[in-house]
Amino acid sequence: MKTILHNTDYLEAVVSLAGTLLMKHPGLENTVLVGVQQGGVVLGWDLVREIKKQAGLKELELGLLDITFYRDDFRTSVLAPDRMNIPFSIEDKNVILIDDVLYTGRTIKAALDVLLDYGRPGRVELLVLADRKEHRQFPIQADYVGLTVPTEKGQKLKLVAAEGGGHNLILRDS
Amino acid sequence: MQLSTRHLLGIKELTPDDISLILSTAEQFKEVLQRPVKKVPSLRDVTIVNLFYENSTRTRFSFELAQKRLSADTLNFAASSSSAAKGETLLDTVNNILSMKVDMVVIRHSATGAPHFLAKHIPAAIINAGDGINEHPTQALLDAFSITEKFGSLKGRKVAIIGDILHSRVAQSNIHLLKKMGAQVVVCGPPTLIPKHIQAALNVTVSYDLKETLEWCEVANVLRIQLERQNQVLFSSLREYRLHYGINRRLLDSLSKPITVMHPGPINRGVELDSDVADSHQSIILQQVENGVAVRMAALYLLSNRNNA
Repeated sequence: MKTILHNTDYLEAVVSLAGTLLMKHPGLENTVLVGVQQGGVVLGWDLVREIKKQAGLKELELGLLDITFYRDDFRTSVLAPDRMNIPFSIEDKNVILIDDVLYTGRTIKAALDVLLDYGRPGRVELLVLADRKEHRQFPIQADYVGLTVPTEKGQKLKLVAAEGGGHNLILRDS
Repeated sequence: MQLSTRHLLGIKELTPDDISLILSTAEQFKEVLQRPVKKVPSLRDVTIVNLFYENSTRTRFSFELAQKRLSADTLNFAASSSSAAKGETLLDTVNNILSMKVDMVVIRHSATGAPHFLAKHIPAAIINAGDGINEHPTQALLDAFSITEKFGSLKGRKVAIIGDILHSRVAQSNIHLLKKMGAQVVVCGPPTLIPKHIQAALNVTVSYDLKETLEWCEVANVLRIQLERQNQVLFSSLREYRLHYGINRRLLDSLSKPITVMHPGPINRGVELDSDVADSHQSIILQQVENGVAVRMAALYLLSNRNNA
């Protein structure tokens, strides 16, 4: 097991991602945030906190998106779903889809399917903490990337809770 | 998380973890039913046949809608308009349907054990939609879901099941489920409609006094008098039944606290329930129907795992 980002480095990456996002969408005008369960929701809440600070926003919501019912590998094992909650309209909005790691692109493909069942967004952008670029199986790229991590197929890159609070990005062989 | 079983034959066969998994999955499906597009692609490669050897409106529609919301392909069979009327056996009918590549079978039958018989003989996943006087597991699950939604949990809840316990598969499934999840259960009805050894066999309390039972409970699940299953005289008239066991507004208002009223439908209005109770804010009968779709989606989804086959 290898730690790619310790909590402090992770939080630095969040600060920089929030800054880039606000440069493109000042004040998050007409823009909503949606985190993909489960790592994307962790990153999503950290981003919400940072964006509120940088942009001086009082209120900022995070939509929670779960892809369990839309998975293409679900038939091999039935998975219990996570919570899904999109408390705002996405109609004609800029939707920022947030995930911790972009790997094969299958999760994001499914997440787009889910999103379209909630309405017709004006534009969808993808924000990820870590990109495992060389393993893509679908033509999907992120608009905002924290860092690119060279990995081998079969390894697992994950945002996990750190001892003593916060989160670490770790790489595991399994 | 997986179910411990590949069929849903009865609540008897489920573990408390199975029940919790179905109920928590149903909560997510209830969210799906509130979306602009009330449909997910989960079961788009699954074909399901609905075999109804007994009449049904609610359960059949509810299953069919659940299947459509999951994107499954469905076949509907009603015994009265099929070859069963020409004398084909249950096993022959099902084997013929299965050779058309069906993955799951939802069956309602007047014979107790019909779903268990199918589960033994054919490779598809079987879901019991009511067998004779044995079980109606999805009804008990949707009742439990509705109680949980209203009260937060089942543990310690005081639930009364009132009416024709003797002929009721709904009562049997509900009792098994509520006991497994730690609720307290009282069954109440005329002595002739309550099985003799139920207290010992299912560990429930028996009461013949409606007022006393309602005073005790938080939820009253009122059952239908099954006119079609009464082949002997178990009470003298519907009027007399109503007098002693019918629930009306005046009775509810005389209690020291408001209770919640449930009914699996179809209601005999003016017999077990008066309209001013059935249509009141204390009744969650229509929520039960709505929750039925979400609960059946959860059961179908969790049983659709191919690795089980």
